[in-house]
Amino acid sequence: MLLRLRFDAKTIRKPVISIATLETNALINILRANVDARRGEMIVEVEDEKVREVEEVLKRYGVEIEELGEGVVKDEGKCIHCGLCISVCPVEAFKFDENFRVVLDAKRCIHCGFCVRVCVTKALTLYT
Amino acid sequence: MKRSIEEINEKIKRGDVCVVTAEEMKEIVEELGPKGAFKEVDVVTTGTFGAMCSSGAFFNFGHSDPPIKMRRVWLNDVEAYTGIAAVDAYLGATQLSESRDDYGGAHVIEELVSGKEVELKAVGYPTDCYPRKSIVTEISLEDLNQAVMVNPRNAYQRYKAATNSSDRILRTYMGTLLPNFGNVTFAGCGEISPLNNDPEYRTIGIGTRIFLCGAKGYVIGEGTQHSPPFGTLMVKGDLKEMKAEYMKAIVMPGYGVSLCVGIGVPIPILDEEMARFTGVRDEEIFTEIIDFGVPRRDKPVVKRVSYAELKSGRVEINGEEVRVSPLSSYYMARKIMEDLKKLIENGEFLLTSPVERIPTKSTLKPMRQREIKVVRSVMTKAITVTPETSVEEVARIIIQRNVNHLPVVEDGRLVGIVTSWDVAKAVAMGKLGKVKDIMTRNVITASPDEPIDIAARKMERYNISALPVVDSKRRVLGLVTSEDLSKLLAR
Repeated sequence: MLLRLRFDAKTIRKPVISIATLETNALINILRANVDARRGEMIVEVEDEKVREVEEVLKRYGVEIEELGEGVVKDEGKCIHCGLCISVCPVEAFKFDENFRVVLDAKRCIHCGFCVRVCVTKALTLYT
Repeated sequence: MKRSIEEINEKIKRGDVCVVTAEEMKEIVEELGPKGAFKEVDVVTTGTFGAMCSSGAFFNFGHSDPPIKMRRVWLNDVEAYTGIAAVDAYLGATQLSESRDDYGGAHVIEELVSGKEVELKAVGYPTDCYPRKSIVTEISLEDLNQAVMVNPRNAYQRYKAATNSSDRILRTYMGTLLPNFGNVTFAGCGEISPLNNDPEYRTIGIGTRIFLCGAKGYVIGEGTQHSPPFGTLMVKGDLKEMKAEYMKAIVMPGYGVSLCVGIGVPIPILDEEMARFTGVRDEEIFTEIIDFGVPRRDKPVVKRVSYAELKSGRVEINGEEVRVSPLSSYYMARKIMEDLKKLIENGEFLLTSPVERIPTKSTLKPMRQREIKVVRSVMTKAITVTPETSVEEVARIIIQRNVNHLPVVEDGRLVGIVTSWDVAKAVAMGKLGKVKDIMTRNVITASPDEPIDIAARKMERYNISALPVVDSKRRVLGLVTSEDLSKLLAR
């Protein structure tokens, strides 16, 4: 499951990801991190069965948590299957199937929104 | 052994013609050789679907009462060219709407083909025969006398692929290019694309009947910028017979509007040579990856690659694997090949011989320009300081020499820049140290041979007002300021 974590000026000073890992034994993969002096935002991937535990620890330290849904949505009526989205996606969520149709594995999506801004037919939308 | 187009057409009418797609033909040629393939196959269908900016349509709107001689005309607020007869106009696919974003001529064409109404707005110049001054009305495709798609440049045989060496994202007609060779984009369908299957243009010429966006169309000549093996076609077809599924208005982010056009061309297998030509593979079709990080007409070639490498989705640049995106839709191109194959098999599409060949040799000339103004011609002498110069000394130089920007030089090389603003800030904060404490180290520079338009775009992008001009060894040659550039405009 992908989580978006928001840190305020207080929590940013604490090594909360490490604490969460040590306390829960969960593997946490940091996909994106944007941290400055006063606040931070991270997108992390946590194994499904440990999500609850990890969320509890993080909440205890004041981290704001949002569970991210399926990710980017493709409108099949608009897609012309050109494949421009394929090379800009940092996690390779798009690929051609055997009939050269662009298929999307939304579970991989990390909500960066890059493909949305690249698509020439506006076939891609990010709802969260 | 030869086979004529007449013989092929007889077979089509009888219903025993052998049509295969270009994709199938590769396998047949590989298996049977050109001779065997020629015996078996009468027609090979080819296809392409992608952004073809140089597209548009001629319209005749019919005469209003009282009549108007249009001087300017807009369809859904997209201007069409009406410097032809009273109610004739040409709407270009890339023309932008005057009132809404991400909308242009391509969208108007697609909406008309989809059966939608569009708003026509025109102003005229009244004459005795055309007294009306203006008109606003709604029109649909069936209200028009003629609606003819005429595309000056379509179906590029092959096209340069694009990448980006610079350190920022570029939004181009080749799509979004990520910094530091972050990706590669390419256009064209390679081995199934029409002209690659007839590289000497033996059967594709003026008068060749083609599949154009679902209608029967014709090649009316070589396209503009035709430059074999980067050949192009000029085509026409009746918009009223087209189907919206074979075209698509698109918006290239940060670039503009274009129209994806679907074209299929049947290639008659007249002899063994044509069978050999249509057996061409992506491995044999080469193009170059060029660097859009250089904003000049002549962009550096990064690498020569085949369409097979491009289609594999990954190419190697400087020892690293870079991901590749197509711009053309291979899926749609294949669908067009299949659909054209069915039309021919069903006897609904006959082949034609060209009445005239298109050139097999032709070169692309650059624009004749009066002059290209370069930075060298407008730059002024730079007054430089060193990192050890005191801030007070800098303040004195700024006042005495009436300048705002001082490049900072150490051992003959540019290491920073200090501005009057930096000095004012240092004073305000009571930090009267040395230049090295307050200078900006990451300096945006210009080269002496850079066109001034590019220098101006840099200043605008980084919101700065001067660029030190440096040579390849970062020795300071001068300074170009926004004032220098605005003086050129004021002249």
